[in-house]
Amino acid sequence: MTVETPKYRELGLTDSEYELIVEKLGREPNDVELAMFSLLWSEHCAYKHSRKLLRRLPTEGERVVMGPGENAGAVDVGKGYAVAFKVESHNHPSAVEPFQGAATGVGGIMRDVFAIGARPIALLDSLRFGELDSVRSRHLLDGAVRGIGHYGNSIGVATVGGEIYFEEPYEHNCLVNAMCIGFAKTADMVRAAAAGVGNSVVLMGASTGRDGIGGASVLASAELGEGDEAKRPTVQIGDPFEESKLLECCLELLEKGLLVSLQDLGAAGLTSSAGEMASAGGVGIDIDVAAVPLREADMEPFEIMVSESQERMLAVVEPARVAEVRAICEKWQTASAEIGKVTEGGAIRILRDGEVVGEMPVEALVDGCPLYDLEPAEPGGWIYGNRATLAAGATAAEELLALLSSPNIASKRWAFEQYDFLVGSRTVRRPEQADAAVLQLPEADNAIAVSIDGNGRRVACDPYLGTIEAVLECAQNLACVGAEPLGLTNCLNFGNPEKPAGAWQLDRAVSGLADACNALGVPVVGGNVSLYNEGPDGPIYPTPVVALVGELPDAEQVAGSGFARPGDAIGLVGPFEPNLAGSELAKQRGELDTGLPRSDITAVAQACEVVRGAIRAGKLSSAHDASDGGLAIALAESAIAGGIGCRVDLQHLRERGCSPEEALFGEGPGGFLVSGERTALEDLGAILLGEVGGEAIEIAAGDRSLTVSLAAATSAFQSLPAQAERGDA
Amino acid sequence: MIWGVLQFPGSCDERDALHACEVHGDGARLIWHESRDLDGVDGVVVPGGFSYGDYLRAGAIARFSPAMEAVAEAAAGGAPVIGICNGFQVLCEAGLLPGALLRNAELRFRCHQVELVEEISGERLSIPAKHGEGRYYAPEEMLDRMERDGQVAYRYAEGHNSNGSARDIAGVTNERGNVLGLMPHPEHAVDPLTGSTDGLRVFERMSKVAA
Repeated sequence: MTVETPKYRELGLTDSEYELIVEKLGREPNDVELAMFSLLWSEHCAYKHSRKLLRRLPTEGERVVMGPGENAGAVDVGKGYAVAFKVESHNHPSAVEPFQGAATGVGGIMRDVFAIGARPIALLDSLRFGELDSVRSRHLLDGAVRGIGHYGNSIGVATVGGEIYFEEPYEHNCLVNAMCIGFAKTADMVRAAAAGVGNSVVLMGASTGRDGIGGASVLASAELGEGDEAKRPTVQIGDPFEESKLLECCLELLEKGLLVSLQDLGAAGLTSSAGEMASAGGVGIDIDVAAVPLREADMEPFEIMVSESQERMLAVVEPARVAEVRAICEKWQTASAEIGKVTEGGAIRILRDGEVVGEMPVEALVDGCPLYDLEPAEPGGWIYGNRATLAAGATAAEELLALLSSPNIASKRWAFEQYDFLVGSRTVRRPEQADAAVLQLPEADNAIAVSIDGNGRRVACDPYLGTIEAVLECAQNLACVGAEPLGLTNCLNFGNPEKPAGAWQLDRAVSGLADACNALGVPVVGGNVSLYNEGPDGPIYPTPVVALVGELPDAEQVAGSGFARPGDAIGLVGPFEPNLAGSELAKQRGELDTGLPRSDITAVAQACEVVRGAIRAGKLSSAHDASDGGLAIALAESAIAGGIGCRVDLQHLRERGCSPEEALFGEGPGGFLVSGERTALEDLGAILLGEVGGEAIEIAAGDRSLTVSLAAATSAFQSLPAQAERGDA
Repeated sequence: MIWGVLQFPGSCDERDALHACEVHGDGARLIWHESRDLDGVDGVVVPGGFSYGDYLRAGAIARFSPAMEAVAEAAAGGAPVIGICNGFQVLCEAGLLPGALLRNAELRFRCHQVELVEEISGERLSIPAKHGEGRYYAPEEMLDRMERDGQVAYRYAEGHNSNGSARDIAGVTNERGNVLGLMPHPEHAVDPLTGSTDGLRVFERMSKVAA
């Protein structure tokens, strides 16, 4: 005799959640209803372990056009235009099948942006893999980069920036976070609320197949482990050509004012988009699954309702305009079908040829999932591994080269050259030309800058301070190109929130995010949460990825990160207090441990303002923040980017109580490395460090002084291709 | 000079090409792929992108579009036609240009700034290239004949042929010289703020064909 697991448990619902569903329905759910509830009540859709925490985040600001709860956030950039943006994870699908996982991550985030009526103008991505000496990590990196390129390049949206880190804890559970930026006339933007009883519900785009069924519950809300191969059928397949047509079609429909509302189909497919549209509009919706165009003839109603086939959008259209809408769909060779009606009352009804096969109160389905309090407990120390890779007794010059060739620090040119970063003619600063991507907006007569950042290792050292540092680094990157932050979005990638340590990391990180945003006066306009990122060896580093969009009045004034003129003075601006805790050097020496020094957010914000002003006034030749690898690496990066060496003396940092080693490779927020006229630097209150020139990086730092030729430094910095493609020929 | 820019489903760079034509010429308009009528334009740009998805072979479907029939007629009449990237692939598929474009030698899409040398003038141009199928190929005897007849328009400067193109060829013309195809993107090099303005030289070259 075998004991059967109840179906709802296999679908990820707990006993008490199931009892609550029965109570709300007044009966047992049938298969269609159970499938729909299990998806909308999954962590991925319901944010049941994070929603309470997220209430801490500030979401209001003068420039906010759309905030959390919409498909994407948006900020006003002047002259009647808005910039929309959002970042979303596609971690688990990418860990199972990196090419399609990453590609559909890009496709999904673009749909979120054009769903509100904004034309996608740029993409960024934040990726995490295990160390590159692992075959699996190289496979995941190669697949994810190809997948991002495949989708973004084919659809003609520029991939202008991003970041990649390689750390052991991501070995089994890589992270693929994709961000899309859109541009819209504010007046043309739409919200996703269904309205108008009797209006038609029109499904546009690709036909519906069995791909991605159960993706939300089976993949997105459970830890990865053995038997991932068996999950491959739940990974969706992307078709950028279909999306390209759908994108143009939707933007034309919106421009002509033919849609009442628009919503993309993402996780949980029709179930979530219909449910969320009805919930936002306070109406009901009838869907006839027999009217949905299918790839496979014999699909069950529940399969149709939960399919995650890509490249589909759902629109509410007035009946008199359906013919015109469908004609524009035909022009773009995009399939369309009237699959339902907006109804009175608050029920979502699923019909097949007129027969009701499921009926649920929208409120119960969309907003009825219980929200849980976390039970956080601080772990008693460093819970991750850390193997030393740097030989003991290395000289400072050897350490500089080892850090420059670390895949975390080395140039990501190998990756970003696989992406079209130019299409759209807005890219004023290409990847690695400056600390933030800069996009011109001729329509609004200004420009925006965008940066995406998050150092999971430092967050693992201290989730609260590490998250603050991520926000500060992002703000510093914007300051380096003269931009002022308008809004922030984020993707919180964490482990299992039901475990005390995971709960503690998440709780502390959200507090850090809230405090940093409040101190900087930057509203959070949207976000995404990805939990249960764990493998057989344990959780990932807690990885809040934050992205800031800022504005700058004149893109012509933007300096790059590279030294520009021999003879320029080099200076340090900001309250930089370098420390080896959590640093790249500490990692390579196998010395990682908990704890980070406290950072002074206000002082960093003031330094950002100083640098921003100097860039806008055209007073600096270069600006670069001191980040991974510390000041020595920032100097080397500016030298390599400019093709000119430098001579500096870091003894001046002694006044801040730094040892020579900390001055060279210590990390922490608040440091800007700038170059320009000596008097201009003095006006900024910079500590003068030295001068641009020569063919070498010469750094005096007491008993750790070093000289490395520019050629050797460049060669180490450009070593990623060899590391990424080794043994893969 | 009024330019028309073809728009296929899956085109990516048509707005950039339109902008470049506006910067260079007296105006420009988009021409829908289903249109057999070129609307009186003086010259045509077949832009970059992934026409009809390019899932079969780059340009293999676009060549059958009604607009391409009109382009073939215009080309036969001597009108200037520029095919950029996917447009180059389409013109080769349509038989308006010799040769073919194969997958890059490294089998990866690559986006970067490249240096080109114009064959006639020896002028160097800095223009971005971005493609995964840009390795120019033609049989040896055809390449000999093209070189003899002056059909090689642009070559990659030394060290810039990253896709493995035969004889460093980046762009070619038909025998008459009024149809040009090239892999790098002159339409992305018309604004100093986004990189360079060398792309305008390509449009200037082709507007002289019309004159």
